[in-house]
Amino acid sequence: MALAATGIIFRREFNAYLRSPMGYIVAAVVLLIDGILFYVMALNPPDGELLLSGQALGRFLYIASGMTAIAAVALSIRLVAEERQTGTLLLLDTSPVRDWEILLGKFLSALAFLSLITVATLYMPMLILVNGKISVGHILIGYLGLTLIGGTVLAIGLFATALTRHQLVAAAVASLITGTLFLLWPLAQMVGPPFGRFFAALTIHGRHWVGFEVGTLHLRDVVYYLAMTYFFLFAATKVMEAKRWE
Amino acid sequence: MVHLTDVTKFYGSKRALGPVSFEIEKGNTVGFLGLNGVGKTTLLRILACGLRPSSGTALVDGFDVLSNPHEVRKRVGYLPELPPVYRDMTVTDYLTFAGRIKGMTADEVARRMPEVQERTRIVEVRDVPTGHLSQGYRQRVGVAQAIIHEPELLILDEPTHDLDPVQIMEMRAMIRSLKDSHTILISSHILPEISRTCDRLLILNDGEIVASGTEEELGEKLFASRTLAVAVRLGADADGDGDGDRAAAVEAARTAIARVAGVTGVQIPDSPGAEAGEAGAVTFRVEGDSDLRAEVCRALVESGHDVVSLNRAERGLERVFVGLVGKGGTWH
Repeated sequence: MALAATGIIFRREFNAYLRSPMGYIVAAVVLLIDGILFYVMALNPPDGELLLSGQALGRFLYIASGMTAIAAVALSIRLVAEERQTGTLLLLDTSPVRDWEILLGKFLSALAFLSLITVATLYMPMLILVNGKISVGHILIGYLGLTLIGGTVLAIGLFATALTRHQLVAAAVASLITGTLFLLWPLAQMVGPPFGRFFAALTIHGRHWVGFEVGTLHLRDVVYYLAMTYFFLFAATKVMEAKRWE
Repeated sequence: MVHLTDVTKFYGSKRALGPVSFEIEKGNTVGFLGLNGVGKTTLLRILACGLRPSSGTALVDGFDVLSNPHEVRKRVGYLPELPPVYRDMTVTDYLTFAGRIKGMTADEVARRMPEVQERTRIVEVRDVPTGHLSQGYRQRVGVAQAIIHEPELLILDEPTHDLDPVQIMEMRAMIRSLKDSHTILISSHILPEISRTCDRLLILNDGEIVASGTEEELGEKLFASRTLAVAVRLGADADGDGDGDRAAAVEAARTAIARVAGVTGVQIPDSPGAEAGEAGAVTFRVEGDSDLRAEVCRALVESGHDVVSLNRAERGLERVFVGLVGKGGTWH
């Protein structure tokens, strides 16, 4: 029943994205901004700098990572807060399903929809692939990175949305946590060791992202993103458990 | 079916419920009656495993809501005050989701769907998104999700909330039709809803059960003094002076009643609560400390009056309710 319940919730949530304008608005905005920034920063850099194909792809992935994080926050904040607000969470709370099954189903549905949006950006690296010299592996590693960073931010968003019935509050909390984890990288470079190393180990971008940007896969980075995702999903489950019995 | 022992619920230091203890037999339809905010929803949500009690034991079909919540949830169908419907889903899709999430297989849901839709009379809207439904239909869909998995215990929290009079009657009829197949708990602050659908009542006030029993039993408990409504056709010359004066005749009848041992009060027609009955008859309200119907009847006949009717005055649930909660006039 466990995975069955997760699958049932996954299907409902994924269809909800397809049925609601919210999903399409997020997809349209992300694709539009990705496209504009790709043209402005990767194909025609403002300073007239000539980029190698791999550098252009790296720059695109850099842009896409930020947009993916923003999309992940936008897609995740409704997942629990909306149900709490409309009362539908009571249906799940009084059904024989566990909180982690509910959250996993919701997380996977958001990840699937986010992945659809990400896949829709593939035409940009394909343009570089056709007109320049990059490897398919570089693209695949880059998209694996996008999926991992997207999953991590979705888990953060899920944690935030489990805390409250207000989507705006959830958005603020998710943005604060994600923003802080992004900013740890420049902070790490400013303060130097030993705190700098600590901050660098925690940052969601920078150190853990660079490898994906240049097409180098480090197990350490994959483990980092998976661990962060697990941590926030676990925290969200604990919040749900506490709130279910409040 | 339901067994509660000293169940309490605190929100911080504020007591919302309890301690409450009661038992409900399988097949009963029990109403929880109380003003808003007295703990009805808290109590029902504890039984539906949507809320953890602060202390005490709550068993549903022998399973503890704390140690075996999954087993309890399988046996309970719950309709909250606002039906938990996803407005982007059609009725059939929603009920399919509800059935599956409650542990039914796709085949079981498909087999059960026509019967549930028929029973809750939502067949005509089965392909309509629930967000486009009227409140009445949405409430019926809420009942349908609560019964789709054939739970033994059905918990309906304010099932006529926000419905118009016709929808309320339809909802009552639907609940009555479910009594054969489920143990039902209903909460309401609307008195007729409770009295017309339930076998037994539990009255809550300030988080505690202040009375339980059938409507009649509650009336007996609360109004220990027996009240009679006596319709009397006054004797033509009741006062014995030959002029047939009506006021005097009324007074004579009142005196005859008042002389009966055990009578503690008589309200005559000019007093509040006493009214003229059928043509030529006057209705007295007689308060006594026991059932005095025979004695009052005999006294009136012996003093030359005809007794047209003699009934125990109706003890409406509203009076019971007012007496128990000590407040008045806030229900519908």
